[in-house]
Amino acid sequence: MRRDYIVQRLVMFVPTLLGASILIFILLRLVPGDIAEILVYQTGSESSAIQQKQVKQLRAELGLDRPVAVQYLDWLANALRGDFGQSYLQRRPVSDILRERVPRSLELAALTLVLAVVWAIPLGVVSAVRQNTWIDYVVRVVSVSGLSLPIFFTGVLILYCLVRFFRWLPPLEFVELWSDPVENLKQLIWPALAQAWYISAPITRLTRSQMLDVIRQDFVRTARAKGLSERAVVYGHALRNSLLPVVTFIGWWGGRLLGGVVIVEIIFSVPGMGSALAQAVSQRDYPAVQAMVFVMALIFLGINLFVDLLYGWLDPRIGHV
Amino acid sequence: MRAFLSSITRFTAQQPLGAAGAVIVALLVAAAVFAPALAPHGPKETAFAPYLPPSAAFPFGTDNLGRDQLSRVIWGARLSLYVGVASVLFGVTLGALWGVVTAYFGGVADGASQRVVDTLMALPPIILALALMAALGQSVNNVVLALTILLAPTAARTLRSVVLSIKASPFIEAARAVGCPHWRVIALHVVPNTTATYIVLVTVNIAYAIVVEASLSFLGLGAPPDEPSWGAMLTAGTQALEAAPWMFLVPGLAISLTVLGLNLLGDAIRDVTDPRLRGGLG
Repeated sequence: MRRDYIVQRLVMFVPTLLGASILIFILLRLVPGDIAEILVYQTGSESSAIQQKQVKQLRAELGLDRPVAVQYLDWLANALRGDFGQSYLQRRPVSDILRERVPRSLELAALTLVLAVVWAIPLGVVSAVRQNTWIDYVVRVVSVSGLSLPIFFTGVLILYCLVRFFRWLPPLEFVELWSDPVENLKQLIWPALAQAWYISAPITRLTRSQMLDVIRQDFVRTARAKGLSERAVVYGHALRNSLLPVVTFIGWWGGRLLGGVVIVEIIFSVPGMGSALAQAVSQRDYPAVQAMVFVMALIFLGINLFVDLLYGWLDPRIGHV
Repeated sequence: MRAFLSSITRFTAQQPLGAAGAVIVALLVAAAVFAPALAPHGPKETAFAPYLPPSAAFPFGTDNLGRDQLSRVIWGARLSLYVGVASVLFGVTLGALWGVVTAYFGGVADGASQRVVDTLMALPPIILALALMAALGQSVNNVVLALTILLAPTAARTLRSVVLSIKASPFIEAARAVGCPHWRVIALHVVPNTTATYIVLVTVNIAYAIVVEASLSFLGLGAPPDEPSWGAMLTAGTQALEAAPWMFLVPGLAISLTVLGLNLLGDAIRDVTDPRLRGGLG
């Protein structure tokens, strides 16, 4: 891989992240009724002269009366020091909320990815090796339906079955991984399965089509001709050469899972970043929204960058284009 | 007419799953277009007892506010289809034009536009949609606007790469050499060669847009709560999971069937339009 490819990818990272943070900053300032108005008017019923004065005072206190550019630079300077301001509603530093919630969401996303990969890749391989047999048809139908069942429907369906047939209830209190790993896994396994079902479908399809491509190539025929066992041909030669696009695709999904967790976390009452974000949006807790979206962009771009570099490393041709 | 019928038979024979998808999509369109005639009651009519299980009078039961689920699901098809089609037409078309023009002229404008695309794609899609809805406020048309902003950059990027390869072809050089102005080259030589990509982008993204709309409504940030959105119906159903399972099953199955139909049809269209995959269709 050429060095300037890596440098170019790294250099792009910072402006894109800054661009995303500016985008969110401006978006949240387009909202009708700023936070000062919301905080003042939620207590009183109608707007009086006193309240208008309060709004003005609060704006000055929160620095909302300054130009947007100044506010942004101020926010950025603090954010770079890890200070994301105070959550208006939870009345504690946003960085505390992030520290508590981000690891949970990352754990859920990682668990989802592991579960999905563990069954999606073997299914794709079997489906390709036994192309046009009943196994292939079953796998193809299952993966098309997996693509078509939205996560919020399968999630609710799983929850319904658990509640109805197993008397399982969403836990009232979340158990952290480090305090009780078994209990923690019990809590996260269902949301992870619901999400894994959804993302395994495209992984299976891609593995299948890649395998079908590779299995017809000359080097596979050579491997067979020199008398290797079918097992060695499929797993040693064909699969290894099929996995490249699959790996990048999985990485790409890993980033998008951060968005997906919003929905599963809400269905299964997991107190992660996704549910915190949805709550912050609906309660107009803008400092919290701003910080969470920024952190999500950071992780998302970080994963994308990692995937790009990984791809360049796995396939040296990429960096030379 | 005869040729039309025979081409349908041929499509069905070669793409049986695609034909099944086409039937589902046709039913969806019919439900959406004829909703006022098909639905026995108004979608917002709360005149019945709440939580009635499915019966002859109410095939899909009633919801927590005593609204007829069958009527809401039919009107929901209209809402879903409207959001899906409108946002994809705006988003993919704008994005496509954006990609075509910037890729064709290249240079500084192209570089700058790539940075805008990067920025818009720097967030997981659902998160961007959430932030947009928070800023825009809840309404059906704002969902369309948010989806347009979500879809345009992807379309721009896809079309850009297609146009870059077209631009390098000799026939573009030839067109320029005989004195075609740029607008004519774009309109008559570049754009027609991007139609296959455009069609695939449209079919794939309609299903996607419908799912995002339902997700936003599910999160309480899509259409206003009394609108018959399948996503919002699912949320209401989630709150009465054990008492009234039909409340989440009906909209959930409606979304799944719709997306399945669109996916099957989209797969078939891609197979037919992609020359590398084209069989003996000719």
